[in-house]
Formats: sequence, C-alpha cells, structure tokens
Amino acid sequence: MTAIDPPVLTADGTPLKASLRRALRREKARAFLLVSPLLFFVLLTFIAPIADMLFRSVENGIVHDTIPRTVQALRNWDPGESEVPGDDVFEAFYTDMVFAVERKSHTRLGSRLNYERTGLASLFRKSGRRVGKFDTKDYADAFNTLDPAWGNPATWDVLAGSEAANLPRTASAYATWLEVIQADGDDPLGEEPWDVLYAALFSDLMQAPAGGFASPLLNDAQSAAARFEPISLREQFGAIDEDWLDPQVWRTIQTYAARYTPGYFLNSVDLKLTADGVQYRDEGDRIYVLLFGRTLYMSLVITISCILLGYPVAFLLANLPLRTANLLMILVLLPFWTSLLVRTSSWKVLLQQQGVINDILVALRFVDDASRLVLINNQTGTIIAMTHILLPFMILPLYSVMKTIPPAYVRAAKSLGATDWTAFWRIYFPNSVPGIGAGSVLVFILAIGYYITPELVGGTRGVFISNRIAYHISSSLNWGLAAALGTILLFAVLMLYWTYDKIVGIDNVKLGG
Amino acid sequence: MGASRTADNFVVFEKVQKSYDGETLVVKDLNLSIAKGEFLTMLGPSGSGKTTCLMMLAGFETATHGEILLDGKPINNIPPHKRGIGMVFQNYALFPHMTVAENLAFPLEVRKIGKTEREEKVQRALGMVQMGEFGGRRPAQLSGGQQQRIALARALVFEPELVLMDEPLGALDKQLREHMQFEITNLAHELGITTVYVTHDQTEALTMSDRVAVFDDGRIQQLAAPDVLYEEPENSFVAQFIGENNTLLGKVESIMNGNCTVSLDSGEIIDAKAVNVSSVGERTLVSIRPERVEINKSRLMEGAHTLKAEVLEFIYMGDVFRTRLRVAGKDDFVVKTRNAPDQVRLEAGKIIELGWLPDDCRALDA
Repeated sequence: MTAIDPPVLTADGTPLKASLRRALRREKARAFLLVSPLLFFVLLTFIAPIADMLFRSVENGIVHDTIPRTVQALRNWDPGESEVPGDDVFEAFYTDMVFAVERKSHTRLGSRLNYERTGLASLFRKSGRRVGKFDTKDYADAFNTLDPAWGNPATWDVLAGSEAANLPRTASAYATWLEVIQADGDDPLGEEPWDVLYAALFSDLMQAPAGGFASPLLNDAQSAAARFEPISLREQFGAIDEDWLDPQVWRTIQTYAARYTPGYFLNSVDLKLTADGVQYRDEGDRIYVLLFGRTLYMSLVITISCILLGYPVAFLLANLPLRTANLLMILVLLPFWTSLLVRTSSWKVLLQQQGVINDILVALRFVDDASRLVLINNQTGTIIAMTHILLPFMILPLYSVMKTIPPAYVRAAKSLGATDWTAFWRIYFPNSVPGIGAGSVLVFILAIGYYITPELVGGTRGVFISNRIAYHISSSLNWGLAAALGTILLFAVLMLYWTYDKIVGIDNVKLGG
Repeated sequence: MGASRTADNFVVFEKVQKSYDGETLVVKDLNLSIAKGEFLTMLGPSGSGKTTCLMMLAGFETATHGEILLDGKPINNIPPHKRGIGMVFQNYALFPHMTVAENLAFPLEVRKIGKTEREEKVQRALGMVQMGEFGGRRPAQLSGGQQQRIALARALVFEPELVLMDEPLGALDKQLREHMQFEITNLAHELGITTVYVTHDQTEALTMSDRVAVFDDGRIQQLAAPDVLYEEPENSFVAQFIGENNTLLGKVESIMNGNCTVSLDSGEIIDAKAVNVSSVGERTLVSIRPERVEINKSRLMEGAHTLKAEVLEFIYMGDVFRTRLRVAGKDDFVVKTRNAPDQVRLEAGKIIELGWLPDDCRALDA
C-alpha cells in the first residue's frame, strides 16, 4: 500500500532536491557574503560589548584571583562567631598580599571591596606599603644561619618538587614566586628567596609531623624552627591598621569571595549583600530606585509632550501642498543638522534665570523680577530640552503614517454626516494611532537612555539613570555596577517593547508605507 | 407648478464656474438640471471637469461662481455633512478600523439614531446588497466586489435622496463590473434615488444611465439619453468619444432638407445629414459608425453616392467581422459586419464599393 514515490530526477538524472539545494546554496552564500561585513562589524562592536557588559554585571573574579589563598582559608572561618579569623587566614593573606603588591593588583582589589565597605581601599593601599617590612625577615635570617643552603633558590626548587605533599604552603608560595620573578624577566636562581617563602616554610614545618621529611635538611630545619620565636602575622597586620582585627572587614571579603555575585544587581536596586543576607541600604544611600522611577516618569512626560506638540505639526505636514510641506519639513529636520551640544547649550542660554525667556517674561511683567522662574538645572529643564530634541522622532513616523491615510476617509465621514471634529476623532485619529505608537516607542526608548542633555541641563534633580551609569563608567570606575544598571535598563526597554507588542501589536507600528 | 418644477429640477447647476488658481477655469459655465429619481452620468476624459462638478455638489469644493441648488435651495454655503448626500468613493473609503456593521452604523450614529433602529437599518441595508452575513468582518477581509457593495450600502443606509458615485467600479475586473453596473442601476431605480454617477468608461455610462452628460474642456458637450448620444452625436468630440467612429474631412457642397453633400479632400462626393453645418463651403468632419457602413450596393438608396475602397485587413472577431479599408486616402476606415451565414468575408487587396444611408452619416463641426 505505502509504496514510496521514487525521487524526482532532473533531466540529467540527479535528484531534483539535491539539484535545488545546490542552486540555492549559491544564492545563500551570496546573500551571506553581502551581509557579512556588517554582520561582523555589528558582532564585534555591538553584540560583543553588550555580552561583555551583561557578563561584567555579575563577574567578580578579582577577589578570587588576587587573594586565592585567603579565599580558601576563609572558607573554614565561621563568621557567626564575630571574631577575627585565625592565624591560618592571616598567613594566607600575608602570602597573597606580598605577591599582589608585587603585581600591583592589591589597590584594584581594595577599590573593588571599597564599593561594599568604605575604607577598604585605603586599608589595602596602606597595607601594601607595609607588608614588605614585616618581621618575617627574622625567619629568613634564622634559616640562613642554620644552613646557608636556604639562601639558594635551587634548594627551594628541589624541595618544592620532592616535598610538596608535606610543604603545601611553601610549594604554592614558591610557584607564585617563580611566576612573579619570571614575569619580571629575571633568572630565579640569581635571586634571593623572599621573606614570604621563609614564613610559609616555618608555618609548614610547624604543622608537619616531626621528622617526617625525607630530606635531612628539612628535618634539621624542623627541629631548629621549634626553637624560633614565632611571629604572629595577625599582630603584624593589626599593627598596620586596627581594621584588620575587625571581623566585619573579613566578613566583607568572605561575602564577595565568590567568582559570580548578585551584589551589583542588588546595589542597583538599593539593596546590599551582607554576611547576614540581603538587606536594604541605609535610607540616605538609596538612590537607584528613585533614579529608575524618575527616568521612567520623565521619559513618559517627554513622550506625551512630544505627542501633544508633534501631532498637529505632522497633521499639517501631511495635509499641506507638497511645496509648503517640504519647507515645513526642512524646519522640522533642521535640529537634526545642528549639533546636539549646540542645541542643548542654547537651551541653557534661553532657560537660565538671567536668560532670554525670563528676561522677556519680566519685561512683559508676567513674572516679578525677584521671582524669576527656575527653568533649568531641574526636571523642567530636562523635559523642555529633551522634548525639543526628540520631537523629530515623533513627527517623522506620525507624518509618514498620516501620509498614507487617504483624504477620502475624512471626506466619506463628512458626506455621511459627521462634523469636522467627529470625522477627525472617529476616523482620522484611529488611523493615525500606529504612527503615535511608532513615535512613542522611538521617543520613549531614546529618552530612557539619554545622557548628554540631562547632564547639561538637568542639575541634580533632573538627571537620569544613564547619568549615573556614565558616572560609574568614567569616574568611580565601578564598571560592575554600571553594567548591572545598564542591564536593568536594557531589560526594562525589552519588557516595554514586549508589553507594547502584546497590547498594540508591533505589526501596527508603521514608519510609513 | 412648484411641485413639478422641483421634480424636474431636483439638482440644478446654474452658471457654475470653478477655478483653482484664478487663471484657468476647470469648469466653464455649467448649466444642468437633474430630475428627481433620475440616473445621470457625467462622462468625460480625465481633466474634463466632471469630478470637480461632483465634488462641488458634495460640498468638498466650492463653486467659484454660480449657484448649485438642491431641491430648490441653494447649497453653496452648506457644509458637506449637512447636505445629506450619500456618496460612494473611487476606492470605497471604507473605514479600515471599523467592522462592516460599524461602517454602516456610522452615518446613523452621527445622526443620533437609537441603537435598535440603527441595527435594524444596518441589517436592512446589508440585506439590500446581499451582504447580510458580513456585518462582523473588517473591510480588509472582503473582496473588491464585496467592499463595493458595502460602500454602496453605507451611502444608502441613511436614506439620502441624492447619491453621488465617483467612478465606483474603476477598481473591479470586467465581469464583476458588469454585474455591479446592473445591480447599482436596479437598486437606484427600486429605491427611487436620484443618482449622479461619474465615470470615464463610456460602456458604463451608456448601459446604466437615464441621461449622460458628456464633459470635455470644462463644458457639457452633449446631454442626452444614451441611444441619442450614440446615434445622434451633436459634435465631433461626442462622436469620437462615444463608440467607434470613421471620420472623413471635407467641405459642404450643398444643403437641402437637412441633408447635404460633402466633397472630401480627396475629391469624392458623399451624402450626409447636416447636423452641425449651416452654410455651403464650410469645413466639416463627417462621421459614420462602422456598423452603419453598407458594402452591399443593393441596399443603398437610388442615386446614393458611393466610395471606392481597398480592403487592407480582415479581422475575424467571432460575433462580428472587422474590416479595415483605405477610403478617400485614409487607411483607418473600419467596417463592422455581422457574422451571418450569407455575409461575405472580404479579402485583403480587393477593391469594393461602399456607401451608407444619409441619415447615418453626420456632417459635424470640423
């Protein structure tokens, strides 16, 4: 019953499907070649940075990469006891810090942790200067007195290989030391071993079982070291700054030790990640939710004023004779041909208290000279300037949609008995709604991410979330927080777009045609 | 007197002129009376002023000069929405954001007619155009013919006494157009509505109208019933615009009893009916319909003038034969003969003689 049809063949006997595929493959390859320059450009300059930004908003490798031993040691510390961590943490931290200072990465770590706890940046900087001058020099002297072989890096090299199991700290410290020395382009054999290696060795010897080494050198060192005066690294750090003896500092480090953190996102919504879980920021520090709210609210106001101002102009444009319409269109487009900065600056001239508008109002006695209007460096200024700047983005889609509404609709409505107003409101307006939709989406999305104009005319109360993002990108250098804020903004826009699609339908957005 | 007067002069154009730029007249001195219940067609080439006249009647254009009267009242200063004139537009102008029923209810709504009465009238109007089922659809979901019907129903739903139609069938294919022509005329006559119909399609004008006003150059060239228009065109424009026509140029030789003899430029003499010529020696354009040319000499009148003609081309068209001949030096002279069993099929190259009844050959203005 179910006989399979033989494949259709072309004239020369190859299967038709294969032949078609081959024919289409060339078409596809050609199409791909045509778009590929732009595709690569976009991938490289647009998609990749966005992906990087999304990643940065959760990425937190700096703590782990800079002080890996400390992070490891802190895992065993129970912050609930609210006591300073044990010596093992300070020993690990000492080792990490010495190498971090050599690599000059301790200040970056300090800045990073400073976002979460103020004061840590200076604490790290200060400690970086002092950590090389710890009393661990005494260990070095003592070991060298015991056997000069300790002054030779070759000894360390051999032991870090053969006795790694019994000397974990020493082996790991020696490996990092080698890296650091080689990174400088020096020969390790020509260097003197650093104090930090002796400190690690001392610690290992103290904790290894007595006489358990294969090397007699080590067994000797172990029995001798028992008589050394131990140096408390906790005290050494405590001598630099009291803060190192504050458990809260260590809790902060522990909380942000993970490679990925929700911390930036929590910061973006005025929360913070503490050792005790997610908490609200202090009343005075909460600004981002307010800023997001203000950005949305002001973008909405700007969009509405663009509709109110743009609709009549677009209507006129669409209904004037072509020549006049073209002239008017040039006037509408004129702002596009002037620099954004020039336009914004001219608003500063117009709107300031001793500016043109206030002068005219005072001259006309609409306002008293003593009570000149505050039109700039507040929300009013931002709304006025941005409405002006974004107006063409409302007018153009409106115009192109209105252009497609046949005049016969309104005529038909009038011939059916509708007054001018009814004909407009019941017939013309509903048909122009797709233009309002397109213009609003355009203006709103542009407004929500606007930065230069609010920066220039917004003062403190008229700035947007984007200004905060710019601040974190260029001034505070807290890129993670900037990325988290940007990510939230991006998803807010996508959500709006999605909602709009659900309610109005994106097919109803027309930019003409 | 008053009653019959308004019945005959339901719509009156009185010395109406229209200019858009103040330099040229688009409509020149238009005088026209339309009787109640009449189906009048304005026919003419594009730019002849017919649509402008319609728009002035609808109120979308104002007359530069003259008066337009509707039912005895001047309407120049009445805005379109108060004129109560139904209108069907070229591309239907159905409101795309409303359903069919909402489109139809719109004129009733703006007239503040109650919901139940409104629905009843909408249903009746839809029934009238056999679209009763389609009330819930959007215009975009309908075919061209269906949209046309809805546009018609919408123009009629508020029971206007006058309906204007601006090339309403232009966008339909031939078959549907012919069907709709029939439906529109039937409906207009059934409801007794006065209709002013604008078209550039002469077949449409001839088949649908009670009277046709042929427009050219801003004037009515002839206003007459379709048969009169076709058979008795008053000037050469109408003769050439309506139907197919053979024309010959010549000079009037003599006029007698309404007939005249014309000597063609080639020197031959023919008989014609003096329609638009008044004096001997006047230049004239003689027009003969292709189907009125006689090639069978025995059917001609005694002593009728005949012309020699050379057959250039014979085209078989099924119901008719179309023969192209060289007559009096012109080689676009066409003769149409019925495909009857005894009809001769002329072969190219043959020389024949042809003639016509003087009544069928009209001497018009040159």
